[in-house]
Amino acid sequence: MPEPILQVRDLVKHFPLTQGILFQKQVGAVRAVDGVSFDLYPGETLGIVGESGCGKSTVAKLLMRLETPTSGQILYKGEDISKLSGRALKAVRRNIQMVFQDPYTSLNPRMTVGDIIGEPFDIHPEVAPKGSRRAKVQELLDVVGLNPEYINRYPHQFSGGQRQRIGIARGLALRPEIIICDEPVSALDVSVQAQVVNLMERLQGEFGLSYVFIAHDLSVVRHISDRVGVMYLGRMAELGTDTEIYDHPTHPYTQALLSAVPVPDPEAREGRERILLQGDVPSPADPPSGCRFRTRCWKAVERCATETPVLAVPKRFAGTGEGAAHLSACHFAEEKDVVHTAA
Amino acid sequence: MTDTDKTPLLEVRDLHVEFHTRDGVVKAVNGVNYSVDSGETLAVLGESGSGKSVTAQAVMGILDMPPGKIPQGEILYRGKDMLTMSAEERRKLRGAKIAMIFQDALSSLNPVLTVGYQLGEMFRVHRGMSKKDAKAKSVELMDRVRIPAAKARVDDYPHQFSGGMRQRIMIAMALALEPDLIIADEPTTALDVTVQAQVMDLLAELQRESHMGLILITHDLGVVADVADKIAVMYAGRIVEQAPVHDIYKRPAHPYTRGLLDSIPRLDQKGQELYAIKGLPPNLLHIPAGCAFNPRCPMATDLCRTDVPVLADAGAGRRSACHHWKEQLDA
Repeated sequence: MPEPILQVRDLVKHFPLTQGILFQKQVGAVRAVDGVSFDLYPGETLGIVGESGCGKSTVAKLLMRLETPTSGQILYKGEDISKLSGRALKAVRRNIQMVFQDPYTSLNPRMTVGDIIGEPFDIHPEVAPKGSRRAKVQELLDVVGLNPEYINRYPHQFSGGQRQRIGIARGLALRPEIIICDEPVSALDVSVQAQVVNLMERLQGEFGLSYVFIAHDLSVVRHISDRVGVMYLGRMAELGTDTEIYDHPTHPYTQALLSAVPVPDPEAREGRERILLQGDVPSPADPPSGCRFRTRCWKAVERCATETPVLAVPKRFAGTGEGAAHLSACHFAEEKDVVHTAA
Repeated sequence: MTDTDKTPLLEVRDLHVEFHTRDGVVKAVNGVNYSVDSGETLAVLGESGSGKSVTAQAVMGILDMPPGKIPQGEILYRGKDMLTMSAEERRKLRGAKIAMIFQDALSSLNPVLTVGYQLGEMFRVHRGMSKKDAKAKSVELMDRVRIPAAKARVDDYPHQFSGGMRQRIMIAMALALEPDLIIADEPTTALDVTVQAQVMDLLAELQRESHMGLILITHDLGVVADVADKIAVMYAGRIVEQAPVHDIYKRPAHPYTRGLLDSIPRLDQKGQELYAIKGLPPNLLHIPAGCAFNPRCPMATDLCRTDVPVLADAGAGRRSACHHWKEQLDA
């Protein structure tokens, strides 16, 4: 196995909750990310799924160092970038870029497309000398499937899918090794979404990119990812290859999540088991003790409240080489296929 | 009474809606026909700009006019054209007989009034109830949409509820006066999948209980497959295909429907490259001549570029607006 390009170890981000105006005192913390670890290998796509509030977007911001982690390490090629600042941080960021969710608000309406895509070159002039920038930007437009003559247009002159292509071109400008995509296609219509997903897969092959692909749409994540991590309330619940997670899920939350996805096929639906979860996700400011999922889990017993399950290969599956032998943070991990029709 | 049994609960006939803007006339809806019976769920499926929401707003009578305009068409509620009714008559139908659930519950609820007050408003205004009775009714409704501890939460404000709970309040509000027809415009789009499943189940169950008609507007082919009886697929302000739910997924009769189905990644298997419908949806200021889908259609011929296909019978209760529906069915 090749060396991982990015190693995340016990990443924690707590946002303080304060009271008072002049003398602010901390009264608690929103535990947005609370001990997340994973590796990213060169050329692969790691999908991260989870519902709103599970901390997946905070993970993205931490990897980009748009937020500083409370604790934990982010190793880029063995070097910890979680405490870097200034010039050293800038140098690392050249290799880690981001594509944002909302193509309407992530592009400055007063800048032309050429300025938007070319702006990374202002910060990293060593990548493209002044004279060659226009040609570089036009080349990028061509790469993402936009007409290079559009260089002087403004974002409002483009549709949602085209804008997302502009966002991708900007992410590609510095030829990074890693692109972190935070819900890159969720604002797009189905027919346009497919175009953008295909584009991202093509670019990955062309430039040897590694993606961290964050989304809430489980079908899109399966389509694009090599490995998938499922997050719940700031922790990783399950992590494995796409087949392991989708065809052999062992964590109850993953099973519930998968069974709740509406499948566009009325016949497949009738044979599927539906797990309807009760209640809502608890507040990350006051998460349940032990296993975070226990308040909504049908398997929960006392042990789940006292003992926090670790993310590990469940003992009885370890070494079997079966699909269920992957990381799962549950005391009672058990395989259950919820995606395919029961025969 | 025998006569009313035959007329559909709601029938939309040849509805056109246009918006007069500085840049010209935007033709948002161009001749839509559909009908819903009591106890039936019609799903209206389409991408942004297909006219699915505008049609619903016209039915509800909440279009901004101007700039909106309905140059022709009829909207029949139990056989009576609502477009020729007086404003007073329409207002009596709205809420009492036809209710609507919107996508974004947070912005549809008033943030400075308690949910109990907002639910009770329905009873105070339409039924002339006292404040006390209205509040009791609100608690009853909140129980019905399964909001835990309804009695304690009736005086809470919208921001104190989660997204799923807020959407339940919107459903409660729509149900308040026991309408015959509910129009739900993307009711679960803003919700997470596990919550979405809860809310859709609730909606389907309430509909069965009270035998209402339901028009479900959505862009999600998955959600539709779970609850709808029949589906109308819209593109550029027209219905391009209409069929019972099972048929449309198995054998679509319109290339646009086919393209949509093929472009969704599958949960149960890892696919190859996704099929993508080429090009972009049309600009509603300049809808292409002939079939609006022809520039993006793999089957388009010269006929498609000149003649607008009508929504014609394609056998077995389905209709397709495609010159080549036979080939598509056999494909």
